[in-house]
Amino acid sequence: MATVTAPSVPRHGILARPVAPTGVWSWLTTVDAKRIGILYGSTAFVFFLVGGIEALLMRTQLIQPSSTLVGPGAFNALFTMHGTTMIFLVVMPLSAAFFNYIVPLQIGARDVAFPRLNAFSYWVFLAGAILMHLGFFLGTVPDMGWFAYANLTSPAFSPSRGVDFWVVGLQVLGVASMAAGLNFLVTIIQLRAPGMSLMRMPLFTWVTLVTSILIVLAFPVITVALIELMFDRLFGTNFFNAPASGNPILWQHLFWVFAHPEVYILILPAMGIVSEIVPVFSRKPLFGYPFMVYAVVSIAFLSFTVWAHHMFTTGLGPIATSFFTASTMLIAVPTGVKIFNWISTVHGGSLSLKPPALFALGFVAMFTIGGLSGVMHAAPPVDTQQQDTYFIVAHLHYVLFGGSIFGLFGGIYYWLPKVTGRLLHEGLGKLHFWLMFIGFNLTFGPQHFLGVDGMPRRVFTYSPEMGWGFWNLVSTIGAYVLGVATLVFIINAIKTLRSGDRAGDDPRDGRTLEWSTSSPPAHYNFATIPTVHSRDAFWVQKHPDFGAHDLPAGAGATALSAADIPTHGNPGDGHEHDHGAIHLPDPSYWPLAAGLGIFVAGSGILFFLPLLPVGLFVLVVSVYGWSLEPVNG
Amino acid sequence: MISNARLSLRVALLTLVVVLLTGCTQWADSSLPQTTVFPLSDVARYIQNLYELIFWMAVVVFVGVEGFLLYAIIRFRRRREDEMPAQTHGNTRLEIAWTVLPSIVLLVIAIPTIPTIFAQDAIPPTASQRIKVIGHQWWWEFQYPDLGVVTANEFHLPLGETARLDLESADVVHSFWVPRVGGKMDVVPTRTNHLWFTPEKEGEFYGQCVEFCGTQHANMRVRLFVESRESFDKWVRLQRENAAAPTAGPAQQGAELFQRSACIGCHTIRGTNARAVAGPDLTHVGGRKTLAAGILDNTPENLKKWIRDPQEIKVGSKMPNLGLSDQDAGLLAAYLQSLR
Amino acid sequence: MAQAVAPRVHVEEHPTSTGLNTRKVLMWAFLASDCMFFGSLIGTYLVYRGRTLISPTPIEIFDIPYTSVSAFALLMSSLAMVLALAAIQRGDIRGLKIWLLTTAGLGLVFVGGQIYEFTTFGHEGLNLSSSIFGSTFFVLTGFHGAHVSLGIAWLLSLFVLAWRGQMSQARSLDVEIAGLYWHFVDIVWIIIFTVVYLIPI
Repeated sequence: MATVTAPSVPRHGILARPVAPTGVWSWLTTVDAKRIGILYGSTAFVFFLVGGIEALLMRTQLIQPSSTLVGPGAFNALFTMHGTTMIFLVVMPLSAAFFNYIVPLQIGARDVAFPRLNAFSYWVFLAGAILMHLGFFLGTVPDMGWFAYANLTSPAFSPSRGVDFWVVGLQVLGVASMAAGLNFLVTIIQLRAPGMSLMRMPLFTWVTLVTSILIVLAFPVITVALIELMFDRLFGTNFFNAPASGNPILWQHLFWVFAHPEVYILILPAMGIVSEIVPVFSRKPLFGYPFMVYAVVSIAFLSFTVWAHHMFTTGLGPIATSFFTASTMLIAVPTGVKIFNWISTVHGGSLSLKPPALFALGFVAMFTIGGLSGVMHAAPPVDTQQQDTYFIVAHLHYVLFGGSIFGLFGGIYYWLPKVTGRLLHEGLGKLHFWLMFIGFNLTFGPQHFLGVDGMPRRVFTYSPEMGWGFWNLVSTIGAYVLGVATLVFIINAIKTLRSGDRAGDDPRDGRTLEWSTSSPPAHYNFATIPTVHSRDAFWVQKHPDFGAHDLPAGAGATALSAADIPTHGNPGDGHEHDHGAIHLPDPSYWPLAAGLGIFVAGSGILFFLPLLPVGLFVLVVSVYGWSLEPVNG
Repeated sequence: MISNARLSLRVALLTLVVVLLTGCTQWADSSLPQTTVFPLSDVARYIQNLYELIFWMAVVVFVGVEGFLLYAIIRFRRRREDEMPAQTHGNTRLEIAWTVLPSIVLLVIAIPTIPTIFAQDAIPPTASQRIKVIGHQWWWEFQYPDLGVVTANEFHLPLGETARLDLESADVVHSFWVPRVGGKMDVVPTRTNHLWFTPEKEGEFYGQCVEFCGTQHANMRVRLFVESRESFDKWVRLQRENAAAPTAGPAQQGAELFQRSACIGCHTIRGTNARAVAGPDLTHVGGRKTLAAGILDNTPENLKKWIRDPQEIKVGSKMPNLGLSDQDAGLLAAYLQSLR
Repeated sequence: MAQAVAPRVHVEEHPTSTGLNTRKVLMWAFLASDCMFFGSLIGTYLVYRGRTLISPTPIEIFDIPYTSVSAFALLMSSLAMVLALAAIQRGDIRGLKIWLLTTAGLGLVFVGGQIYEFTTFGHEGLNLSSSIFGSTFFVLTGFHGAHVSLGIAWLLSLFVLAWRGQMSQARSLDVEIAGLYWHFVDIVWIIIFTVVYLIPI
C-alpha cells in the first residue's frame, strides 16, 4: 500500500528539519511548490494594488493641465516605482505563482527539482521587494525612472539614496529570479513523467521552460550593470562617470540587453496561459501546437537580438540602426503566428465565454494592437517621433496590461478552482472582465493620440495650450474604471474563498494533467506518477472516440496509463506503479535563513555597513546548513 | 445569457470604435503645437510618409485580425452544452502562409525604412545654418558658431535653409525634439549627436526635452522661430550686439543691482562684467517670448516672480532663491526686460 | 514508521527524463548564466579598452611574466581537480584528499598572487576609482577572484568531509560538480588573461 513516509530523520540537533504540517511556521519552512506558488501569488497581488495606486495618483495629477496635486519629485518617484513594481513585483511573481503550482502538475511530478532552492527564491524575492521599498520610510524613494539611465544615476546627479534602494533591491530580486529560473529549467528538463517527450508537454510548461532559459541568460547582464552602477555610487568607479570618459550609453546597452528579453519573460507566461485556456474553452486542441512551440522558441532566441531598438535615438549610426530594424521586424513574424493559431483554435470549435476565455480572448485582441504599435516603433524614422512619448506608453501597456495582466487574470480564473477547490463567481467574473476591458481601453487607447499629439512621457505636468487636456481626462477616467474593476475582483475572490461553489477535480473537461488531480491536489500531487503516451493525454483518455494526434495506433493503446485517472488521486486506490512509499522533501529552515541573510546584507549596504558581513555570515552558515542537513529519501 | 454577452460585446466594441473615431478626428487638428503628423520640414515629411504607409498597413492588419477573431468568437459560440467539435490539430499550409505573408508585409515596410534611416542620418553638405545645442538641467543653450550668437531656450532659423544641429550635454542625457520639424535626437555627455532639417514654413514651433533628465524634465522646453531671411538676419544682428545699458529709471537701478548680486555668478550679459556660463545667457532675454525654458510667458510680472522665487515656480531648478526683496526683484526684472 | 537514524547521506538517484543527473544539469545551467555574467564584464572592459585618460595604463603596469606564473598555477589546479575526481571515482579517498588539497592550494596561490599584484598596482596609483582602466580591470578580475575564492571554500569543505570519512565512491558526483565549476572558473581566467593582459592595445 502506498504510504507517505514520515520523515526518518532526527528531530533534535541543529540540523534537524522542521516537521509541523500546519501553522505559520509550516509556511515559513515550506518547500512545497504549491504553497510557494500561493505565497508568490498573494504577494504579487498586494503589489498589484500598490502599483495600481501609484498609477492612479499619476493619472489624477495628469487629469488636467498645470495641476499642482503631485509635485515633480513625488511624480518622478511614482513612475519609477510603478514601473519597477509592476514588472518585478507583480507580473514576474504572478507568473512564478503559476510556474510553481501548475508546472509540476502538468508534467506529472510531485514537486520541482530543487524544493529548497524554490523556497529560497520566494524569500529572497520578498527580501528584495521590502529592501526596495525601505526608502519610503526615509523619504528617499527611487525617482530616476525604472530604467535608471546613467549618468542621471551617478552620485553627482542623484545624490540622494533613492537610487541605492533601487539598485540593491533589484540586485536581490535578480538573485530570486535566477534561483527560480534555474530551478524550473532543470525541473522541466529532468522531471517529466514517463512518456512525456518535449513535444507532448502542455504549452504552458513549454513557455515556462523557455522563460526560465531567458531568465538564466538575461539576468546576469543586469546583475553586471547594477554592480557597475553600485560601484560607481559606493566606491567611486568610473563605469558611467562621464568626466572620466565613462560612457552613459554603455548602461543603456547593458540594461536593454537584459530588459528586452525581460519583456518577453513578462509576456510569454501569459501567452502560455492563453494557450491553455483557449483549447479547453473551445473544446479543441491548440491549433498548430508544433508551430506554437517553434514560435515561442524563436521569439526567445530573437529577443536577444533586438535590444537597441530602445536606443534608436541615441545616435547608433545608420548601419547598427538598420540591423536592429531588421531583427525587430523579424520578431513580429513568430508573434503573429501565435495570434493566428489562437484564433484558429477558436475557429471550428465550441466556444464557452466564461471568464477565463474572456480574458484569454481579450489578451489576443489587445496584444494584437500592442503588436501593431510595436511595428510602427520598429521603423526608426517613425520612432524618432514616437520614442519617449505617450505613444510608447500606450504600446507598452497594450502588451503588458492588455497582454500580460489580462492573461494572468485569465490564469487566475482558470486555475484558482484547482488551487482552492472553489469556482470564482461567474457573474462577478464577467463584470470584472468587461469593466477591465472598457477601463483599460479608455485609459490607454487615447494615449496613442496623446503620443501623436506630441506629449512626452515621464512629465509631471503639461501646459493648457498643448491641447492634451481632453485625452488626459479620458485616460484618467479609464484608470478609475480599472480601479473599480479591481475592486470587483477582490470582492469576487473574498466571496469565493468564503463560500464559493465547489469546483470538483475537473470542472471544464480539461486537457492537461493538473485536472486529473483533486482540487486542491493532495500535497504529493499524484498518488502514482502517470505515464503519458500523447499530447493532451488526460483529455484523450477521457474521450477515446476523438483520437489523439500522436497516439500510436493499435489495440489497447492508451493516452494515459489506466491507473492514473483516479477520482481522487488518493493513496490506497490499489494501483501502485511506484517503487514503494511516496517520499516528499521535508520542510527546511535554511532557505528562509539564507533569505534573511541576504536581506540583512542588503540592509547593510543601504544603512549600516557592519550589517553586510553579518548578513553574509548568516548566508554562509545557511548554505552550509542547507548542504549538510539530512536529505530525506 | 447569449444575448447578454452579445450585448456586452457590442457595447465594448462600440466604445472602442467611438474612441477610435474621435481620435481620428484628431488627424484634422493641425493646431496642436507639438503634433507629430503635420510635417513642416523635409525630414519631418520623410518620417510622415513612412508613418502613413505603416499606419494604413497596420489598419488593414488590425481590421483583418480583429475581424477574424470576432468572427470566430461569434460564429463558433457554444450552442449546445454537449457539442464536441472536430479535433483539428492544425494545417501546415496555413502555418506557412501566415509566416510568409506577414514577412512580405514587413519587407514592404522595411524597404522604404532603410533608405529613410540613412537619409535622416546624412547631413546634407548644403546645410548652411550650424547650431550647437547644449542641454543643461533644465534649459537649452544655443550657440551659432558661424554667427557669433549665444542664446537660450529659443532659437531662430531662416526659412528654407537647411539647419544642422550639433547636440551636446553639459550634464546628463537629454533629448532634443521639435516635432513639427523632425524627429528627436538624444543629447549625451561624452559625444556629439547630430540633427538636421530644412524648415518649410514660417512660424513658432514648440518642442521639449524627451529623455527623463531629473526633477524638472517636464519643464525643459524649446521654441523655434522660423522666419524670412531678412527677419532672421535682423535677429542675428540684434543678438550679436552687447547688452543695452539703461541710463535711467528702475532699469538702470536694476542694472547696477545685477552687477552687485549673485546673478553674475551664473549668467552672462555681454558688455558687462557678468560672464559666467552656468546659467542661460541673458544678454537679450528681454526679447524672448518665454522664460524659464518655455514655461512662462515673458511678462514683467512673470519675470519678477521668477527672480523673486524660482523654486516656487520650478522647484529643484538650479537657480536658487536669493532672498531678494520684492522691490529688488522688480528692479532686476525691469532691467532684464530692457535687454531686447 | 518514524525511526531515529543517523543523518543519511542522500545518494539515491531518481530516474530523470534525460538520464542525466539533475544536480549536474543545474550546474551546467548555472555555468551558462555565469558565461553571460563574465561576458558582460569582459564586454565592459573591451568597450573601454584603450580609452583611459589617466596613468598608469595597462602596458605600463602589467608584469606579464609574474601574472603568467599565477595563471599557470590556476591551470595546473584544473589538472589536480581532474586527478581528485579520478581518485574518488575509483574509491581512493586518500588520493581524493591529496588532490583536493592540491587544487585548493594552487587556487590559493593564484588568489594570493592576485592580491599581491593588486596591492602593487595600488601603490603605483591604479585603483578602483583612479581611472576607467582601474574600474574595469579591478571589477572584472575582482569578481573572477571572488569566484575562485568561493571555489576554494567549496573544495576545502569537500576536503573536510573526506577527512571526516564522509566521502565515498558513491559521492563522486559531488566532486564532479565542484570540478565543473572549478574548470569553468579556470577557462574564464584564460580568456581574461588573454584579453586583458596578453593582447596589446
